[in-house]
Amino acid sequence: MNDLKLEAKTFFEKIENGVLIGSRCLNCGHMSLPQRYICPECKSDQAELIEFSGKGRLSAFTVIYVPATEMLVAGYDAKNPYMVGIVTLDEGPCISAQIVGMDLSDPHKIAIGTPLHMTIIDRTVGETHKKVLAFEPSEAK
Amino acid sequence: MTGKKLARNVAVVGVGMSKFGVFPEKTSRDLFVEAYRDLISSIENHFAPEDIQAFFMGNFTSDQFEKQGHLAPIITSWIGLSPVASMRIEDACASGGVALHQAILAVASGQFDVVLVGGVEKMTDLPTAEVTNALASAADTLFEIPAGFTFPGLYATMATAYLEKYDADPDAFARVAIKNHSNGALNDKAQFNQTIQDVIAGKKAKAIKKGIPVPSWETEMEFMQDPKANPMIAWPLRLFDCSPISDGAAALLLVSEDLAAKYTQHPIFVAGVGQASDGALAERDSLTEIASASKAAQQAYAMAGITPDDIDFAEVHDCFTIAEIIASEDLGFFPRGEGWKAALEGQTARTGLHPINTSGGLKSKGHPVGASGVAQVVEVWKQFHGVAGDRQLPGELKYALTHNVGGTGQTAVVHIFEKRN
Repeated sequence: MNDLKLEAKTFFEKIENGVLIGSRCLNCGHMSLPQRYICPECKSDQAELIEFSGKGRLSAFTVIYVPATEMLVAGYDAKNPYMVGIVTLDEGPCISAQIVGMDLSDPHKIAIGTPLHMTIIDRTVGETHKKVLAFEPSEAK
Repeated sequence: MTGKKLARNVAVVGVGMSKFGVFPEKTSRDLFVEAYRDLISSIENHFAPEDIQAFFMGNFTSDQFEKQGHLAPIITSWIGLSPVASMRIEDACASGGVALHQAILAVASGQFDVVLVGGVEKMTDLPTAEVTNALASAADTLFEIPAGFTFPGLYATMATAYLEKYDADPDAFARVAIKNHSNGALNDKAQFNQTIQDVIAGKKAKAIKKGIPVPSWETEMEFMQDPKANPMIAWPLRLFDCSPISDGAAALLLVSEDLAAKYTQHPIFVAGVGQASDGALAERDSLTEIASASKAAQQAYAMAGITPDDIDFAEVHDCFTIAEIIASEDLGFFPRGEGWKAALEGQTARTGLHPINTSGGLKSKGHPVGASGVAQVVEVWKQFHGVAGDRQLPGELKYALTHNVGGTGQTAVVHIFEKRN
């Protein structure tokens, strides 16, 4: 067993610093996102921590009009909906995240395959702020 | 694929369910007592409660819904069965189906000869926002929920992937809802026993009574596409694409094959079982199928020695309309990418080639999550016994399938039942 910090919470500590991490199996090379000790492909327990570029494409999405509680607190509702999706990174693995900077007025126009890159957003939860992984369209910048 | 066989055959000899709906005056234990009494009334021959040796109960989260953990022995006491072994089985919305699976294995193993299977959920005591939070705990609370996902949002994400991949028509989703409401309208245990036409007529009558402008919907589809009548919840899923928040319970009596005739002249037999698991949605190779359900179905078909075309009717986990369409492909009734067309063409209606959710499904019958996988078998029993009333399927019925999913497919469990002549 190596002494890498691959516990689940490491992911969020890295996000606080604007870094998107995962792991690569030292036996078969399979990449996992989020990171994990045990490879889901070859079952090896030897892995290394890797950083992803944060670039990818939109694979699937939804625009939410009836929010989860945390998002309601953050100011979203039926009149101010938000978008979440699954992003396939250029390196291969996928991740769930909020997608910001898109025009949500007509979801028909949102294109699956849109190039995206990661951004870290501040979400206010009650008295506290937390940094959350999100993605935005690459053309936006 | 040659399947595993059960060590001995298992029969269902009685079924029961409470009415599904919103019952502020009832707790979990009251709902289950109602289902258990209904079960007793369904058993044709002699039934002695003392025969029951164990109780397997599906329940997702009474801890959150009623602040009551350790529910199984309490319900066991309330139905007078203490001190039999009792256990609560939790796999989110598949809790009931998994409890059934475990009960089948327990009888097949020879450990028990007569077991009670139950499912119960009492969801409506909490405000809707808290119910939503409780249900969200069936998803990955580290990597899905903080992104902003809700449960409708997760299935909606599968829906956008499906629409894109197959260039599908979202009207197919509305067709599933219209069909399941038309079936549920014929089920007196259903939460919504109203067709969409009934809903339209009700809203028009209300408008006339109030003296406000009467809505102009001419067809069911016009109603379904009206953003005021059927608001968007999570694009592209609207209110009528979602199953409701429900209270309800269901119960089955399972016995070993050799004891079946003691209880009934008309048992139904477990022909196949299968169960599989998966990671969170983003970890999967495909967003347009539920691989765990396909795997569970393959195991069940192999054990039964039959193919999807042998299934006369199925009760599937339509927590959202897209889920029924994907299920109809995962279970092999239609090829990949064809389920939406089949829904539009009416192939899953009672008169179609592959009738799905004659009970009304989760959508119309209601979805008290821990009870749903058990209540599916109540419909199988009714159809097999020719007592499904106005929703009775015509002709000779031999095989039926039930499909119960937890989360977005982290758990899937499939059962095949056989009526022998």
